[in-house]
Amino acid sequence: MACFVVPAAEAVVTTVVHKLVTAKEKKEGITSQQHGDLSTKIPFSHKLKWLNNMLWGGSALLAFEHIWHGEVTPWFPFLSSADSASETAEMLHEMSTAGVAMAVLVTGVWLGIATISSFIEKRPQQNIEIGR
Amino acid sequence: MTLLTAVFAAISSTIVWYFKDGGNQFRVGTLSLMYWGAALMWLVDAFFEYAETGAGYFTPLPSDMLNDFFLGISVVALGLIIWLALLLFKDPKNVVKRALQKSDAS
Repeated sequence: MACFVVPAAEAVVTTVVHKLVTAKEKKEGITSQQHGDLSTKIPFSHKLKWLNNMLWGGSALLAFEHIWHGEVTPWFPFLSSADSASETAEMLHEMSTAGVAMAVLVTGVWLGIATISSFIEKRPQQNIEIGR
Repeated sequence: MTLLTAVFAAISSTIVWYFKDGGNQFRVGTLSLMYWGAALMWLVDAFFEYAETGAGYFTPLPSDMLNDFFLGISVVALGLIIWLALLLFKDPKNVVKRALQKSDAS
């Protein structure tokens, strides 16, 4: 019904945090990883951008699905389930269950990716040439 | 079906990113993260639907399957449109900039 609103709200928060972290890193002289440079550590702001992309992208595509099913309308209040009290209650229940679960799962997967990338950064560079 | 379409789009774009755009110059990494985000969200949706309908979730009506597949393909197309807009806006090879300068000069 409107489950995508929860990850979209998280995306707004993480975007603000990303801006703040980028400004802080700039002040400290930490720059984003150069193209092809494997010697530098990936800044936290760069990793945060991965979460932003997953949350914004996922929310946008899910919003499209809701438009497809007629659950999001181009007129106020923009959600068809906001028309009656019982449907609103159902929508809020879905947001608090499926919506929160979506946000938690995406954040959890991002935490996993960020942790694995930290291990990969520490690993010595591999010199495997494919096809030789 | 929508979940499956999104998962295949995410896997395909990740493979393209790994072999062709490791530095994310052409934003293929961004596209794959978008698809992965959507796939994870639909996975949660599928889990809740399975909890509600049980094994019936795996035996949808052909008309529902077709509609879901149609939706999945449309979602993939929308993802590609967003990626294309991002690519043209960022213009990593200065193609758009050069084209605009050329049209200005003529």
